[in-house]
Order: sequence, then C-alpha cells, then structure tokens
Amino acid sequence: MELTDLNLQQLQEQLAQGSVSSVDATRAYLDRITATNDNYNTYITVCEAEALAMAEAADKRISAGDAAPLTGIPLAVKDIFNTEGVKTTAGSRILGDFVSPYDATAVARLKQQGAVLLGKLNMDEFAMGSSNENSAYGPAKNPWDTERVPGGSSGGSAACVAARQAVATLGTDTGGSIRQPASHCGVVGLKPTYGRVSRYGVIAYASSLDQVGPVARTVSDCALLLQGVAGYDTADSTSVDRPVEDYLADLQGGVKGMRIGLPQEYFIDGLDPEVQQAVEKAIETYRGLGAEIVPVNLPHTDYAVACYYLIATAEASSNLARYEGVRFGRRVDNGKGLIEMFCSSRAEGFGPEVKRRIMLGTYALSSGYYDAYYLKAQKVRTLIRQDFNNAFDQVDLLLTPVAPTPAFKLGEKVNDPLQMYLSDIFTIPLNLAGTCGMSVPCGLTGEKLPVGMQLIGKPFAEATLLRAAYAYEQAGEWQQLRPE
Amino acid sequence: MNSIFEPVIGLEVHVQLNTATKIFCGCSTAFGATPNSQTCPVCLGLPGALPVLNRQVVENAITAGLATNCQIAPRSIFARKNYFYPDLPKGYQISQYELPICEHGWLDIETDNGGKRIGITRIHMEEDAGKLLHAEESEGGSSLVDLNRACTPLLEIVSEPDMRSSDEAVAYLKKLHQIVVYLGITDGNMEEGSFRCDANVSVRPHGQEKFGTRAELKNINSFRFVKEAIEYEIDRQIELIEDGGKVVQETRLFNADTGITRSMRGKEEAHDYRYFPDPDLLPLNVDSDWIERVRGELPELPAAKRQRYQEQLGLSDYDAEVLAAERPMAEYFERCTALHDNPKACANWTMGEVQRGLNEQSISIGECPVTPELLTGLIARIDDNTISNKIAKQVFDQIWQTGKSADVIIEEQGLKQVTDTGAIEALVDEVIAANPAQVEQFRAGQEKVLGFFVGQVMKASKGKANPQMVNELLRNKLKG
Repeated sequence: MELTDLNLQQLQEQLAQGSVSSVDATRAYLDRITATNDNYNTYITVCEAEALAMAEAADKRISAGDAAPLTGIPLAVKDIFNTEGVKTTAGSRILGDFVSPYDATAVARLKQQGAVLLGKLNMDEFAMGSSNENSAYGPAKNPWDTERVPGGSSGGSAACVAARQAVATLGTDTGGSIRQPASHCGVVGLKPTYGRVSRYGVIAYASSLDQVGPVARTVSDCALLLQGVAGYDTADSTSVDRPVEDYLADLQGGVKGMRIGLPQEYFIDGLDPEVQQAVEKAIETYRGLGAEIVPVNLPHTDYAVACYYLIATAEASSNLARYEGVRFGRRVDNGKGLIEMFCSSRAEGFGPEVKRRIMLGTYALSSGYYDAYYLKAQKVRTLIRQDFNNAFDQVDLLLTPVAPTPAFKLGEKVNDPLQMYLSDIFTIPLNLAGTCGMSVPCGLTGEKLPVGMQLIGKPFAEATLLRAAYAYEQAGEWQQLRPE
Repeated sequence: MNSIFEPVIGLEVHVQLNTATKIFCGCSTAFGATPNSQTCPVCLGLPGALPVLNRQVVENAITAGLATNCQIAPRSIFARKNYFYPDLPKGYQISQYELPICEHGWLDIETDNGGKRIGITRIHMEEDAGKLLHAEESEGGSSLVDLNRACTPLLEIVSEPDMRSSDEAVAYLKKLHQIVVYLGITDGNMEEGSFRCDANVSVRPHGQEKFGTRAELKNINSFRFVKEAIEYEIDRQIELIEDGGKVVQETRLFNADTGITRSMRGKEEAHDYRYFPDPDLLPLNVDSDWIERVRGELPELPAAKRQRYQEQLGLSDYDAEVLAAERPMAEYFERCTALHDNPKACANWTMGEVQRGLNEQSISIGECPVTPELLTGLIARIDDNTISNKIAKQVFDQIWQTGKSADVIIEEQGLKQVTDTGAIEALVDEVIAANPAQVEQFRAGQEKVLGFFVGQVMKASKGKANPQMVNELLRNKLKG
C-alpha cells in the first residue's frame, strides 16, 4: 500500500501514531503529482518547496503534541482561492501572472491548522463551466477515462482526489461546481449552506450563489475538511454567525426513521438510464436502512436553469469588471488610450464562455431590461426557495441524481452551450435556494464511469446530510471508488 | 431676474465623512498620506476581497438624516453602480439606489427675499473613488492612480428642485454645510473635496408647471463658484431659448478660471450604470432604538441655538446668529455663560476681544489662550466693580499673553479700581485747582469740558478710579 492510498482519517491516525511523517506523505504526493499531472492536468501550480516547509512545520507541531485535526495533511485547493505569495489564476489568462498578496479565509484556516498545501487546481475560467474545458490552462481530465471531462467547474478538485494527487481538496460550487465533478469522478463532494463557509478571498463568480466546500474520498473525510473551514468570518458580511456543529459526532447515527423525499421533477425523461438505475438502487438501500421514502414536489424546478443564468451572469458581469489591466492582471496597451486598453485587456484576457456570460449579465441588468430579466429572476428565485421550504416541511432530506449523464467526452458539448448548461439542471436549484447538498458515489456504468446521487439537506443541516451519506456509504459497495 | 423665465435648481452634495476608517475596510481615511499607503485588498478591489460595512458611517448618515428632518429607513440596500474608470478599482461603486437610508427631509433657508423651505429628496451612503494624477505630456503623459481615497465614506445629499435663484442655492448650500460641520461628521473642507456640489439647472417660463430640460453642472467647489456657475448657466439657457434654440440634457463642467460651463457629455453618452443590489452586503436594518439613541445624542443645531440665545439669554438677533454660526464658538460662549451668569457680557467679549485676537493671530477658537474660565474670571471682576472696562481690556491682553488669571494680574499690578470716596475726592480737588480756565468754561455752560476733567482725574489715578464716581464728584464740585 502506498502512502497516497491513505484517506484523510487514516493518514490522521498514522500521523498521530508517528508511523508516518507529514514530510513523507507530502513527498509521496509531490512524486505522484510529478508522475501523473501530464495525464490529468489537474494542477495549475504545484507548490513543492512551500508544501515541504509546511510539512516540516507540521511534523514539529505533531511531535510537540500540538496537532490540530488537519495538521500535516496534504491538501490542494481550486485556483480560485487567493493564496499569499502563490499564483492565483482563476483558470484565466487575465490573471496569468497574478500572485496574490493575501490568503482567502478558508486557506488561512487550513494554514492555521497546519495543513499542507500542495498546490492550486485546474478549473473552468472564473468557475464558469461544467466540464473544465473553459480553463485557459487546458482541461483537467477524468481519471476514470482521460478522454472524458472531469466535470466542472471544480474539475481539478474532483479529478485530483480521484487520482490520489491530494488527500482531499477544496472547491467552490455556484451551480453544481463541486457536486457535478465529484459525481463524474466518483468522489464525495459537499456544497455547504450559503453563509456556512467564508467567501473572503475566493475570487467571485456569482456572489449570491458561490460557496466553498470540500471534495474527499469518503464521507468522514468530507466532514473533517468541512469542519476545518466552516464558521463565521467577520470579513464576509454574508457568512452566518451561527455555531458550527460537530460533523463527526453524529456521523454514525443512521437513517432509521429519517424521511427522504424524492422530488418528482428530478426523475425526468432524458435522464440517462444507467444513472437512473444507480440512483434507484440507492433509494432501495436507504429503504433497507429504515428510511421512509416519500415523493415530494419542487414545482418551479423547470425555471431554475433560466433563473440561474440571469442572476449568476448579472452578478458576474459586475464581479469581473475589475479585470481591466489597471492595477493587476494582464494589461494589453497598444497606446491608443484608456478605453482601448480596457477593451484589449479584456478581449485578450477572457475566454469565450466568460465573455458570453458577461454579455448576458450586462444585458440582463441594462436599463429597460432589468425588470424583465434580473428582477423577474429574483422573484423566481424566491419561488424556488419556497419550493424547498415546503418540501422540507414534509421530509428531512431530498435524494436526486447529481447530473443527467455520467462524464461526457471532451469536446462533446463545447459548441453547444445550452446542452452544457443542462448538465447542472439538478444542482443549480440548491444554489438558488441557498441550502446544502452533496454528491455521493452510488454506482458505476457499464463503461466503468462513476455515478453520483445528490442528497439535499435543510439550510445548515450539514450534519444530517453527512449522517445520511455515511449510512449509505457504509452499507453500499461504492466505498472509496478509484479508477484503475 | 428675468421677467419671462424662472430658473429651477436642485443640488446634489457629496459630503466626505470624517470617520477614522473607510466605509468598507479598516484602512485609515487620513488626507495627504503617501499614495497607495492606506490600502488593503478590499479598497484595492483585489480579486476575492469583500466589503464589510463600517457602522460609524451608518450612524453618521442617521445623524445627518435626523438633522435635516428626514425619515430614516428601517431597511435600506446597498447597490452597485457599474462603470469603468481607472480610479474605480472594482469597476463599480458601492452606493445606495432604490432604498436609501434617509428620505423626505427639508431645510429652512433665508435670503433677502425671506424664508423658504427646501425639500431634501434623499441621503445615501457610498464609497469614494481614488484619485488620478496626470503626468505632463513631456513626461510621457502617463497617469498615476492613488487609491488612498478609494472607499472613503461619502454621504450624497440630494435636494428637491425647489430653488429658484442662485442666492437660494447658495443659502441652502451654506445652511447644509453649517449643519453637517456642526454635527461633527465632516471637516467640511471644500478645497480638499470634503464638501462637493453638483447643480441641476433648468429654466421655464414663469407660470409653467412643467420643468425645462436640465443641465447638470459639475466641479463647483466653493460657494462663490456655485453662484457663478448657476448664474452663467441660467443666462446661457435663457439666451439659447430666446435665440430659438433648445436646451439639451447634458452634463456640463464649470471652469472657475473663465466662469463658464462647457459640455462634458450629452444624454446619448450618459452611462447606463446597471444598478443592482450588492450581493456582498446584506440589507441594512436600522431599528428604532438605534434611531432614538442617535436622536438623543444630536447636538443643538444653529437655528435652535440662535432662538434660545435670543429668548433665554436676551441676546440680539445679530449676536445670536454670530455666536451660533459655528459650533466651537457656540460651545465657547456657552461654557462662559455656564461659568458666569452674564450672557450679554460673555457675548460682547467673545465677539469682541476674543474674536479680534483670533483674527489677528489667525487661530481657531479651540486654540484661544484665553479659555472660558479665564475670560469669565475677568468679566466677574468688571461686574463686581473691581476693575473698569478700560482696565479690563489691558488685563485681557495680558491674560492672552501670559495665561495668568485676571485676579493674579490685577493683584500683581495693583489695578484694583479705587472706590474710596475720599481718595477720589482728593484727586478731583487737585485737578480742579490746577485748571481754573476750564472750570470757568464749564460754569459758563460748556458741559463738554466735563470730559476733559474726567480724563485728567483718571490719568491721575492711573486709570484705577471708578469712572462713575469720578463723574459724580466732578459734577458736584464744578457746579460749586
């Protein structure tokens, strides 16, 4: 067994026992990254020297008896997190040379605990995409089949965990960007409730939807990493001042008597039969574990994608205005004046999907269209949130597929944005509602591609979510799936 | 005033608040520091940085709202105003749009034509932009950006189009300036840009209800320029219409050197700011407890002081206005009246000798070496007849120079007034004996010669004799 085979909990135990050092584990991961990154293209930046220094510091801390839960654990983060002194690109050419002067709160919390940061992970440019093909640094590949996409936008974060290039990773999820790639790569990914994890220092795509979350090999690992980053942050006005539950305390509580709802609108024609089968099997497992399965309705589901692509793009059009080459990032100045400089810097710095969304969002906010698009979308958002509230009056959890299909082929949907947008049809509504959800592996297709099911919890009920996911994981045959 | 056309004027005023830190981050707001030294990821607009609202700014906005008779919104929203400019690091300004913190206020102004109430549409909070410094063409013509000012807090105070002359506009602006400075929420320095004004000006035929097309005048940073710019613009618009032209909606820049306005951008080039609620900031809730606490802490404003000075302290309208005009002066005066119950004397001395001294040395009342304690110590000695008014002025000068109390100076220099009848009588007798010619004149009916005798006696007493007693004794003796 290799060191990189140890999951977070196992490595934690070995570090505590002294049978493994953080430096050894970190070296093993750095070696594996060197050996495999050409295949998977998961890392945009590898922080070898910094990681080893952090590992040494962690070993000292462990031997001094001062270890925190994540001390010495080699982790990696999506390249959307600001990391002091390290290049932070957001998958974009426009930030190609941007070395951040500060740490995102989530990163700072990992550092405080003595975690080791191996590097920065590939992603769709500014988190806009569902396949990682919108990265300016080339797509990350799915470790199950490198001809296929890992999903997006946190494709690097999911593929990295599946390829055992880090113990666990952080991603961000605006419309499914953690859950969909986790599903495609056969790993566990959790999108916390909006406000649970600080967004400070996370490069913004759509501020009212963005949320930081963990990607890991097991449900317990996911809980451990979430525990490490969750909590109120005075630097993020939208983070919520509410105590963080102990996500591990009740993990083994089981699902007996839990009411799990199946939203009828999520089991639709066009759902891949193998995905449907895997999810239905998971439902049976839950029934077997003593959960009560109840059909529920989320009647405004059909409007979610349209609503999302107005709100998210409107916010993005404003959030991305700061990239004009004046103070940081790429500047293209041909000496023809200020406006030319703004235009050229942005024209050359942004990729086509980012431009498409900026234009969409600019249009939606424009005078004369604001009421018809942005304002109406906000009203629809309220209805979607109410759908979830109503459903949660009847049940504790919802269970759905994560994505309509397993991982698709690279290039398959790049020329069809609408088709691409529909791959997030089951994940987007949660972001609009602001509640939490996770992707848990629940099967493999005939082509050996992973399938994930989505569990959706009430706002701030991450502990319940994790408990249900853990019960399934322990009962099922899909623990720690890994590609050959 | 034009007999056919009536001007319509509304003002938008930007007040820079004097909070210690910026509106959305912890950086200092101090003026004049090394460029870009007072910055952080938030005010630099770095990727991923987020704003956190400074509660003191909200408090100051509530204060301004209450002092201008506004309603304070229990819930208000921050919005993004989107436009590109190099001094605007995020590509948008965080402001308030649909739901500002204050609305529906008013101020009463006075001009030569009497009193008038000017409506205040709204007051909202926003962040300032940075500053651009342009190098000369010869130095490459490049521009430098200083973001120290970026994210400093501003209040934008928007009036109703209620003013009908440049005089009214200036009166409103002065009144508003006086109030915000009084409240202590801004230094009000117009040259440093702490109090900036844009004016919306249009004209319409007298009696017409519908407003004419307006021009927005920018860059008018003194009371005088406001008057000049508005008058120029009124004349320009009237001439234009009289010549058969039409006023177009546009933004015009005032040039203080030439006194004229010129077009900056037309309606077609007007920005579409694409305002929308800032998703990084929660709606701002202000509960009634907060509002009532701020109301309880509001200082007495100039109009109320002026009234109180007249009604309770018996000052003249003029004195009351002068003393109430600026808060430090009013506080000095009120401290005096608290220490010594003679408001009229306190007022006279404050407006007289104290003000003269301040003017001569170009210092503020806060720096005045004669504190209210020292001044009232002096007035008390006049009131109890220890010294005369004339001697008191000498003593005042010595207090100013030495910081010693009136009592110490009077004692040290033996300036105590002579009230002993016998002593004064002796001096009077001497003077009468020494000036027989003048005695004759007096007795012949030239009463004004009395002044000469008083002067002589006072001189002989080195100014210490009680002038009233000298007068009486002289009269009695001269009449013989």
